[in-house]
Amino acid sequence: MNTTIMLFLLQDGITNGAIYALLGLALVLVFAVTRVILIPQGEFVTFGALSYAVLATGKVPGTAWLALAMGATAFALDLFDARRSLRLKRVLRSLALNIALPAAILALTYGLAGPKTPIAVNIALSLLIVAAIGLFLYRIAFQPLAHTSVLVLLISSVGCHLALQGLGLVFFGAEGLRGPALSNAALTIGPLRFTGQSLAVYGLTIAFIVALWLFFGFTLTGKALRATAVNRLGARLVGIRTTLSGQIAFLLAALIGAISGILIVPITTLYYDTGFLIGLKGFIAAIIGGLVSYPLTAVAALLVGSVEAFSSFYASNFKEVIVFTLILPVLVLRSLAAPAVEEEKD
Amino acid sequence: MKQQTLLIIFAVLMAAIPFIPGIPPFWIVLLNNIGLAALVAMGLVLLTGVGGLTSFGQAAFCGFGAYTTAVLTTAYGVSPWLTLPLSLLVSGIAAVFLGIITVRLSGHYLPLGTIAWGIGLFYLFSKLEFLGRNDGISGIPPLSIGNFKMLDPGTIYYAIWIGVLVSALLTMNLLDSRTGRAIRALRRGHVAGEAFGVQTPRAKLLVFVYAAVLAGLSGWLYAHFQRAANPTPFGAHAGIEYLFIAVVGGAGYVWGAVLGAGIVVILKEILQSYLPYVFGGQSQLETIVFGILLVVLLQLAPTGVWPWLMARLPLKPARKEPDTSLPLAKRERAPASAAVLLQIEKARKQFGGVIAVNDVSFNVGAREIVALIGPNGAGKSTTFNLITGVLTTTGGTISVLGHKVDNAPPQEVVKLGVARTFQHVKLVPDMTVLENVAIGAHLRGSAGAISSMFRLDRADEAKLLAEAARQIERVGLGDQIDQLAGSLSLGQQRIVEIARALCVDPMLLLLDEPAAGLRHMEKQRLAALLRQLRDGGMSVLLVEHDMGFVMDLADRIVVLDFGTKIAEGTPAAIKTNPDVIKAYLGATA
Repeated sequence: MNTTIMLFLLQDGITNGAIYALLGLALVLVFAVTRVILIPQGEFVTFGALSYAVLATGKVPGTAWLALAMGATAFALDLFDARRSLRLKRVLRSLALNIALPAAILALTYGLAGPKTPIAVNIALSLLIVAAIGLFLYRIAFQPLAHTSVLVLLISSVGCHLALQGLGLVFFGAEGLRGPALSNAALTIGPLRFTGQSLAVYGLTIAFIVALWLFFGFTLTGKALRATAVNRLGARLVGIRTTLSGQIAFLLAALIGAISGILIVPITTLYYDTGFLIGLKGFIAAIIGGLVSYPLTAVAALLVGSVEAFSSFYASNFKEVIVFTLILPVLVLRSLAAPAVEEEKD
Repeated sequence: MKQQTLLIIFAVLMAAIPFIPGIPPFWIVLLNNIGLAALVAMGLVLLTGVGGLTSFGQAAFCGFGAYTTAVLTTAYGVSPWLTLPLSLLVSGIAAVFLGIITVRLSGHYLPLGTIAWGIGLFYLFSKLEFLGRNDGISGIPPLSIGNFKMLDPGTIYYAIWIGVLVSALLTMNLLDSRTGRAIRALRRGHVAGEAFGVQTPRAKLLVFVYAAVLAGLSGWLYAHFQRAANPTPFGAHAGIEYLFIAVVGGAGYVWGAVLGAGIVVILKEILQSYLPYVFGGQSQLETIVFGILLVVLLQLAPTGVWPWLMARLPLKPARKEPDTSLPLAKRERAPASAAVLLQIEKARKQFGGVIAVNDVSFNVGAREIVALIGPNGAGKSTTFNLITGVLTTTGGTISVLGHKVDNAPPQEVVKLGVARTFQHVKLVPDMTVLENVAIGAHLRGSAGAISSMFRLDRADEAKLLAEAARQIERVGLGDQIDQLAGSLSLGQQRIVEIARALCVDPMLLLLDEPAAGLRHMEKQRLAALLRQLRDGGMSVLLVEHDMGFVMDLADRIVVLDFGTKIAEGTPAAIKTNPDVIKAYLGATA
């Protein structure tokens, strides 16, 4: 192998790895705060990417309507939960968040969507739509189950994944889509050509890692989120609104997913079901990072991306096998290193 | 009605279904699919619901079973019946390899790890040349008996459902046994089980392999039912689906697996056949509705449908009445009759910079009740954990009957005749008092998993239960013997822990705050029991905060403060010791 090929593969691996890192970060975030293993993370990716791609053709994506429908469901659940103490203020607040917000997003999308809409506006619209979906997903599927075991949350997560993936097929069809690149600038260093797109991938990934690290280490909200993760009851007793923590976590995860999607959709064609596999590779990075460490997750994601790039060059048939088997030695190391901690669970 | 009767009725009903005149053959196919899914889910019930180990990878084990028979019957012409043991063996061996890696993982690593290797194996199946890559292997011969070939769904139906019923029976037998109790204790953490000699990693590996073998059986049946094998039914989605069959049915219940399989398979079928009519042609709608229904179902019944159903049926489990006259052989004792049972010399435990136990030395002699007291955080429970091998010492020696324990695992310490209770009660709440206490006698029985499955363990089992019942009588909880441990008051649960420790047939009993939560009369009864045990030749070391109880009962008292021993002596001497008073009250009174 010559150095140029190696550098190309490495570059490819790092670009993919950065995306896996973003997803891994989102998964760690959601798990740490809500104990939900977020299988539908992949759907946030496809929804973000394909909404952007559809907006780029000047049409309104079905996801905007989905956000409104989910908002309506969330509103109905809020009303049902509060049926014994229906106060106007409470109802209005729920109405504003669950109905007015997605309705405004939908109206905005219809108002702005068109073949000549600037890329930045399309990106903003896709992010808004997916963020709203993430927010309502937590309210509908996970908030009522917040007290149950990790297993029940996991199964609920699977249910969401199936439903959202099915909806993805309805909205975007079985054909793959590509979106326009964020910038057409390019830069050449030695034999390597860096497109503006790949530079955006690197930059945003680093920005997110730093931002999450700062957010969780140094802000009160970040610390409250971590406290919720450790002990829901304890967090409530000291005045942390655990529901709000869950909403923030899902909102962030949806945003990160959508951004990852928008970043890769100009590079590779995405299908309605591509997200699942991309999300799973993020999982591998997250597991290697131990579901707790953001920097370690990022490093692991780069490793996953590089291994994928090299194995697709040398043993393309067994690419997925190699990537998913990568987990085994890590698990062995983890189980050797992990002290036997007593766990109390139901 | 007895469980056996219900089982026979169910078996007869299932056997009669194909004879119903005019039954559509398609229904039989559905029932076959239900049976195949139920087999895998049953393994998951044991693994996830009972053992607390979540696996998404079960579909891969079906793949091992199916591909083993597919390759051997098509490429080498081996008879399908011969490939049955081989299919089970291959699934089992694969499970041993993956299990050794996976089952030691705790919490969320386990499900995520299983997703990863589940997908890895799926891609391996779909890429390997000799497994036919994505096309798989077709032309697998049907099962046959003599010249009779099980070609149509109505005949292999019997093979599948005999498999389901036999597996259910074996699984229930396994759960209701010595090994079964060890498995059922897994979900609540490993410390309690290990304190009574349960080899937790081995028990986990056992359920992992058991679940894989059931999945392998399902795969073998599937291959001969479909007469073909391709990677799709062994992928990640199938693995996820099996898990939610188990959860929907009721993850802790063997029949929940069958019920869950019925619900999910039929629901999917209905959605596939009727949704297109309702919504006009959209083909993928069923996954959407299926996903939504799943989320809704979990919110309505998070524990699954089977327990929900059972609570509404007038079925009472048969009361177990062990024959308490059956003798259980005494634990083998070391021949030594030393005066000093337990000797602790300069025991030390550091957690990072914190010295929890600081060079503590004391002895416990034969026929002696020693109390270990001290303010909260003095290191009393840590000392207990050092003695019983839950924690390893940083320095010093601990010897039992002159044998250095030297950080032996808890399973070895209990063999020396040291039994304990826990400050935070560690019982299995959904097991009866009798079953919980019987875990204490784990080392005094010998029946293994296989003999339990085939009910060859009954003589051994009856003796264990008899011993457990005797100890429950002894501590005065005879009336609660059939209740679930979780339904007792906290004080009673502590007493159950004492009965469990007594089942070890110990020389030395370590009790961590046994009187907490007891009423006055109960405390007096407990003190009388401990005196009676001492007079019978047992020694007791107890941690307790109730000074009246301690002063009245103990022969000798050791006082710890901030990890250091500050006093030792008779109750009378301790009461007037100025250091002790200072430690408890903050100043010399």
